[in-house]
Amino acid sequence: MKRVYPVEDNCMGCKLCEVACVVEHSESHDILRAYKEEVTPVSRTRVEEKGGVSLSLNCRHCEEPSCVFACISGAMTKNDDGIVLVNEEKCIGCWMCLMSCQYGMIERKMINKTASKCDLCPDREKPACVEACPNRALVFEERN
Amino acid sequence: MKIVIVGNSAAAVGCIEAIRQHDKKVEIQVITDEKYHTYSRPGITYLLGKKINEEKMLYRPLDFYKKHAIKTRFETKVTKVDTANKVVITGIGEKIPYDKLLLGTGGIPFVPPIKGRFDHKSVFSYTKWEDAEKVMEVVKTRKKAVVIGAGMIGSKTVEGLSMIGCDVTVVELGKNVLGLALDNTASSMVEARMKEKGVKVLTSNEVTEIYGKDDVEGVIMRDGDEIPCDFVIIAVGVFPNTEMVKGTDIEVNRGIVVNEKMETSAKDVYAAGDCAEGYDVLAEIKRPIPIWPVAYSQGKIAGLNMIGKNAVHQGNFPINAIEFDGVPTISVGITNPDENAGFEVISEKEGNNYRKIVLKDDVVKGAVFVGDLTRSGLITGLIERKEKITEYKDELLGNDLGFVHYKRELRDSKLTQNKNWLE
Repeated sequence: MKRVYPVEDNCMGCKLCEVACVVEHSESHDILRAYKEEVTPVSRTRVEEKGGVSLSLNCRHCEEPSCVFACISGAMTKNDDGIVLVNEEKCIGCWMCLMSCQYGMIERKMINKTASKCDLCPDREKPACVEACPNRALVFEERN
Repeated sequence: MKIVIVGNSAAAVGCIEAIRQHDKKVEIQVITDEKYHTYSRPGITYLLGKKINEEKMLYRPLDFYKKHAIKTRFETKVTKVDTANKVVITGIGEKIPYDKLLLGTGGIPFVPPIKGRFDHKSVFSYTKWEDAEKVMEVVKTRKKAVVIGAGMIGSKTVEGLSMIGCDVTVVELGKNVLGLALDNTASSMVEARMKEKGVKVLTSNEVTEIYGKDDVEGVIMRDGDEIPCDFVIIAVGVFPNTEMVKGTDIEVNRGIVVNEKMETSAKDVYAAGDCAEGYDVLAEIKRPIPIWPVAYSQGKIAGLNMIGKNAVHQGNFPINAIEFDGVPTISVGITNPDENAGFEVISEKEGNNYRKIVLKDDVVKGAVFVGDLTRSGLITGLIERKEKITEYKDELLGNDLGFVHYKRELRDSKLTQNKNWLE
């Protein structure tokens, strides 16, 4: 399956990926409204920085997804395409997934107390974070 | 080949899903003494508090058995395993043959020695959907509850009851609520929240008697105090359900003893979940760890081995996440270390947020988080990998900890290739 991979040597830490993720998962898909008028969604990609190193990290959609194994409600699943998704309708906000993810890539969505994570942007050909990156520090491709 | 699974919860589902990833054909039969489609056992406290409805209780969609071609036998209790003849025997004496068997029989609620009549219709345990249905019926007319035990199940039951307007007293033998999972500081934060919600919390105390003529009228405490109430919920924990293997050649210690392949001492018999006693990699002993993710992953490993995939469990350690009415907590690994045994504790508390990390020789062994849980999973990952954190020790408690602190080789292998975490 295609996944999003960070290329840390290309990352400038501009965080446009985070902005793009927020906008994509907002109600209006409009940058101003997403940040100023609506409940701003939490970004599902996260730019890490230390010294001169930065990289944007998001869900690995693991072959052996700890979050799916830990989910007590059945909300977290790995679908037939290999994408790990949370069903917000079923999530009861116990946070078992959050603490099970070794990548720390599950966030809490405070408005409805559900887990929130990368869904690889089902409505787009390429995830929004990848498209927004000005320096090819995120790539969307098939790897072994 | 025919695979029989006794039990219908996390271990069973883990086993089924692992097998069906590789083998769509092998015959699988699930036998359960309950009448329900596989459901979220922890969900019963959410159901009680009306946070979820019955539909949300389902752990897998309604087409789960059909999709995976599973034969089901509901309301069928297995009372005996006959390993010589490779059959399980039901309560009515029916013999069901197996080629490979998974015991995922779960736990049985522990009932402490309390005087008084347990045949009162208003004394309940709280581990099954059936228990939830009974309690939900009672709370329609009665509001005054005593919950015995403030562990995971007890505390969540208290939350559920308080959300639907019950007057709740919780009694805990230990000195803290959630004492096994959390530490003093985190426990007191949860306890404060319980009290804010009007729950009466009695720690370092115990119920010695349940009294009442025709039904429960109250409980008597160790110090002689009487607490009148309408019903009692006993939630002091579970012990492994090993009844069906008594008198067989299957080795039982506290739970059904399994090796790293989830095999019991009897050929072709596996065990997983709350009934089993696997290896705790942090405590470095075999012991039951009755938590959901362990049950699922043990069931998965059992399933893979049943179909010859030769899978090895990497070992378990306790992880718990519990939110009590707006106070989220997580605990992982060793949370109350013996400081004389070479452990080091670093912690930070600010307002409603608390973080503590337990180290030994600069390797993370455990953690407690309350409030802000941001990226707490990274800590779980560090525990699993047993990596020295010396270089970024100062960052461990903060929100900025990340892969940028790890070695470049680790980043390259985990973030740019599809390797499993422990590969």
